[in-house]
Amino acid sequence: MSPSPTATRAAYRELGLTDSEYELICAKLGREPNGVELAMFSLMWSEHCAYKHSRKLLGRLPTEGRHVVMGPGENAGAVDVGGDLAVAFKVESHNHPSAVEPFQGAATGVGGILRDVFAIGARPIAVLDSLRFGEPAASARSRFLLDRAVAGIGHYGNSIGVPTVGGEVYFEAPYEQNCLVNAMCVGVAPRERLVRSAAAGPGNVLVLMGASTGRDGIGGASVLASAELDEADEAKRPSVQIGDPFEEKKLLECCLELLERGALVALQDLGAAGLTSSSAEMASKGGVGLEIDLARVPVREPGMEPFEIMVSESQERMLGVVEPARVDEVMAVCARWEVGAAAIGEVTSGGRLRVRRGDEVVGDLPVAALVDECPLYDLAPEPPASSPYPAPAATLDEDASLRDVLLALLASPNLASRRPLFERYDCLVQSRTVRRPAQSDAAVLALPDAGGLALSIDGNGRRVACDPYRGTVEAVLECAANLACAGAEPLGLTNCLNFGNPEKPHIAWQLERAVAGMADVCRALDVPVVGGNVSLYNEGVEGPIDPTPVVGMVGRLPDVARAGRLGFVREGDGVALVGPPYPPSLAGSELAKLRGEPLPDHLGEWDLEAVIDAIAAVAEAVREGWVVSAHDVAEGGLAVALAECCLGGGIGAQIDTGRADDPLALLFGEGPGRFVVSGSADGLEALSRRVEVLPCGTVGGQRLSIGVEPAQVDVLLDDLRQVHEGGLAAFMA
Amino acid sequence: MKTGIVRFPGSCDEVDALEAASRVGEAVLLWHADRDLQGVDAVVVPGGFSYGDYLRPGAIARFSPVMEAVAAFAAEGGLVLGICNGFQVLCEAGLLPGALLPNTGLRFVCRQVECVVVNERTPFTRGCGAAERLSVPIKHTTGRYHAPEVVLEGMEAHGQIVLRYAPGRNPNGSERDIAGVCSEQGNVLGLMPHPEHAVDVLRGSDDGLRLFASMREHVDAARAVA
Repeated sequence: MSPSPTATRAAYRELGLTDSEYELICAKLGREPNGVELAMFSLMWSEHCAYKHSRKLLGRLPTEGRHVVMGPGENAGAVDVGGDLAVAFKVESHNHPSAVEPFQGAATGVGGILRDVFAIGARPIAVLDSLRFGEPAASARSRFLLDRAVAGIGHYGNSIGVPTVGGEVYFEAPYEQNCLVNAMCVGVAPRERLVRSAAAGPGNVLVLMGASTGRDGIGGASVLASAELDEADEAKRPSVQIGDPFEEKKLLECCLELLERGALVALQDLGAAGLTSSSAEMASKGGVGLEIDLARVPVREPGMEPFEIMVSESQERMLGVVEPARVDEVMAVCARWEVGAAAIGEVTSGGRLRVRRGDEVVGDLPVAALVDECPLYDLAPEPPASSPYPAPAATLDEDASLRDVLLALLASPNLASRRPLFERYDCLVQSRTVRRPAQSDAAVLALPDAGGLALSIDGNGRRVACDPYRGTVEAVLECAANLACAGAEPLGLTNCLNFGNPEKPHIAWQLERAVAGMADVCRALDVPVVGGNVSLYNEGVEGPIDPTPVVGMVGRLPDVARAGRLGFVREGDGVALVGPPYPPSLAGSELAKLRGEPLPDHLGEWDLEAVIDAIAAVAEAVREGWVVSAHDVAEGGLAVALAECCLGGGIGAQIDTGRADDPLALLFGEGPGRFVVSGSADGLEALSRRVEVLPCGTVGGQRLSIGVEPAQVDVLLDDLRQVHEGGLAAFMA
Repeated sequence: MKTGIVRFPGSCDEVDALEAASRVGEAVLLWHADRDLQGVDAVVVPGGFSYGDYLRPGAIARFSPVMEAVAAFAAEGGLVLGICNGFQVLCEAGLLPGALLPNTGLRFVCRQVECVVVNERTPFTRGCGAAERLSVPIKHTTGRYHAPEVVLEGMEAHGQIVLRYAPGRNPNGSERDIAGVCSEQGNVLGLMPHPEHAVDVLRGSDDGLRLFASMREHVDAARAVA
C-alpha cells in the first residue's frame, strides 16, 4: 500500500525537499523512496549537509599550501607545525539550536567540534568561540542568550578538560532573533597518526561507540539549520540535542587510545544527521558500501522506529571501522573506559547503503546518490538597492568631548572587557597556555619543541554588512594581525560563513562578495583555507543577520618564551604607531555606531600590500625582541588601542600625535594594518629600519594623556579601568 | 620520591599533576579501578569532573576501588594531596573535615589568585616562608569551603587551615577565606587552587612548585630518619 500523492508531497515538503529534488530522488532510485529512505535523503540533501547553495562558491578558496596536511573534506583540516606534529582545527556553527535553547545549543556545539577534531586522531588542546547577540542594553532576551550560551560553552569545555583560550563577541541588533554561536577546536597529533574517515575493506566491522541512541535531535539538521527561524520555535525544542561532556570525555580518551594502538581503519563522528550522514560519508569516501543492522544499535527506549535510529542526533557517538581480528580488542578498550560499543554492521563492496532491522530490509540506497548527487544551485546575486539594516540606535551625543567619547567606547558592549565571560572558562588545563585571554591579541600555547601556537578568531559582521568584500578581507587581516602581535606567522585558516537566506538575491550577493574577498586575501597572505562550515538561513522575522564570515587562524612562533604581550610593560619605553599612513576612517566604526549613523555602503580605503607588510614587520619585531608590547588598532581606533595597552599593563602613557585636521577620525577611525608598539629606543629604531614607524610618546605614570593638537585627552587609568571592566559586567549580574 | 596521580573517568588535570610531580621525582598514573598504589610515596587526587560530578562533586569517586587504598595509605601516614575536585573527593571520603559548596556567585570562575601560607609546618608547605604569598590559579564552580563553627575553631587551633586567599581576594565565598586545609595529622591536604598549574613562570607562575618540592623534602627527610 503506498500513500496518496498528496500525502507524499506533504511529507517531503515538510522535510524540506522541493518537488524537483523529490523527482530526482525517484529517478535515481527507479522508484519512490520509503519513509526511512526519504528521511535519510531529506537530511543528506539539506543545506546543512549538502552545501547546495554554497559548494560552487567555496571552490574559489585556496586550499593548498606547503604546510597543509589535510584539506577540506575531512572532519577537520590540518597543518604541519614542525617536529613531526600536525595541528588540526575547524570552526563550526550551532546557531539555530542556540537560539532555541542556548545552554545545550552552545554546549553541544563545543561537543560536536571536539569530536570533529579527535575523529581525525588529534587530541583537542584548545577551544575558541565566536558569539553574536542583539544589543544587551535593549534586550533581556540577548542578555539571557549571552549568559546561557557562555554557561553552555564553559560547561562542556571545562568538564571535558579542554581549555577555552580565546574568543570574541559582538552585539548588534540584527542578531536579536538569530544569535550566532560558532566554536572552533584545535587539536594536535603526531603527523603520521592522523586518520581519515574513508571506510575500507569489505568484511570489516562497523563499531558504534559511545552513548546510546535516543529520540533527541531528530531532524535537527533539516528542521533547524536549513530554514529561517520563526516564532513557533518553542515547539522545536525537542530537536535540540542534550550534551553530556562526561560521556564525551570517556569517548575521547577511548578513541585516542584505539588510534594509538592502530586498532581502527577509519573513524567518523556522528553529528548532524547522525548515523545516516556518518555512515554514508564514510562509505562514499572509501568507495564502498555498508550494511547496517538497526537491531544491534543500542537505543535509549523501546519502540524506536528505524528512521528515528538512522537520523537521531544523540550526542557523544563515534563510528569506527575495525578489522574482524581486532574487534575483541576494541571492545575490551571500550569496556575499560566504560564506553558503550556495538558491532552494528559491516563494510560491503558495491556502493550501496543497506539498512536492516534484523532480517527485514528497511532501506537500500546507492551511496553516491545520497552523498554526492544532491543538486547544487547557482546563486542569483544582486546588490540591494538600499541597506537592509536599519541605523543603530544612537547612544552618544554628537557634541561629546574626546574624553567622553573614549570612555563611552571603552564601556560599550563591543569594546568593554570580556573578563566576565572568559573567567567562566578554564583556559589552563593541559598546561600549554602561555598567553591567556586579554594578555595578548592571540592566545598562545606551548608546543613540545619550545615553539608555540598562536590562535585567533574574528569577524566583524557590521563591517561586512557595509562592504561584504572589504569587510571580509578585514576580518582575515585582523586575525593575521592578532597572530603578528603574538609573534606568529599564519599557517592556515578555517572559516564559518554565517549568512541569511541565500535564495534572496542580496544575501547571495553578500555571500558571493565575502567569498571573493576571502579568496583574494588568503592568496595575498599565502594562507590556505583547510576547512570550514557554512551556516545559511540565519534570519528572524525582522530580517537577516549581519553577514558574518567568522575566521579562525592558526600560526606558529619559533620561540614561545618570546610570545608577544599587548599591555605596556616598562616605565620609560617609547610608544610608536606602526602601519601604512592612510587616514583612518570613521565609516562603519564603533564611534559611528554609538552616534547612530546609518551603515555606509563602503569602508575606508587602504592598500592591501602595505597592510600585509606592516603585519609581517610586527611579527618580526615581536620575535626579534625589538618591541616589548604589540597591539593591533581595531574597533574603537587608536585611542581605544592605547587605553587597552595601558590597562593590559597597568601603566599609563603620554602620547602626542601632533596636529590633526580631524581629531575624531585620527583617534577613533578604523582600518586594518595599524599597531601600537612599545619598546626601548634601540628596539624601535631597529623596527623603523624595517617598516614605517611613527614615534608618538612614552610609557609611564597612572594616566593616559593623548595630545591631538589643538585638543587633549587626559584620563586616569582607574577611570579607564572602571568603565572598561564594568561595561559588560553590568549585563551579567 | 614516587608520586601516584589518581585517574578517574572524568579527571581533567591528572596529566598536569603528573607533569608537575615529575619535576620533583618519579610520577605514575593510578587507575581508579585498581587497589594497587604501586608503592608510591605520595598520592595526588587531581582536579577535573570525576564521574561527571554527577550527584555532587566527589560523591561517586569516593566509592571507587582506588579510594579504599588511598584511605588506608592516609591512615598509615602517607601523603595525600587533593586538588580542586580531589579536595572535594577527600572531603566526601571523610579524609578531610568540611565540605565544598557552590561558589557564592554560582558560576565557574577561572582566575589567578594570591594565597597566603597560614601554616608553613605541614609536609606540603615546609618549603614556604611564614605568611608567604603564592600566586596560583583557581578554576571551579563548587569551591566555597564550609564547616560548622565549632569544627573551624578546632581546625584553627590544630593548625589545619593551611592556605587562605589573600585579604579581599576570596573568589568563592569560602568561610574565613579558606583555600586549603589539612587533616589533624597533617598528612592529607586539600586545596581549591591548582599548584600543578603554577610550575613554570612562562605559563604565569612557578609558586605552586613549592608544594611539590615540600612533599619531596618531607619524603626524603622521613627516609633519612628511617
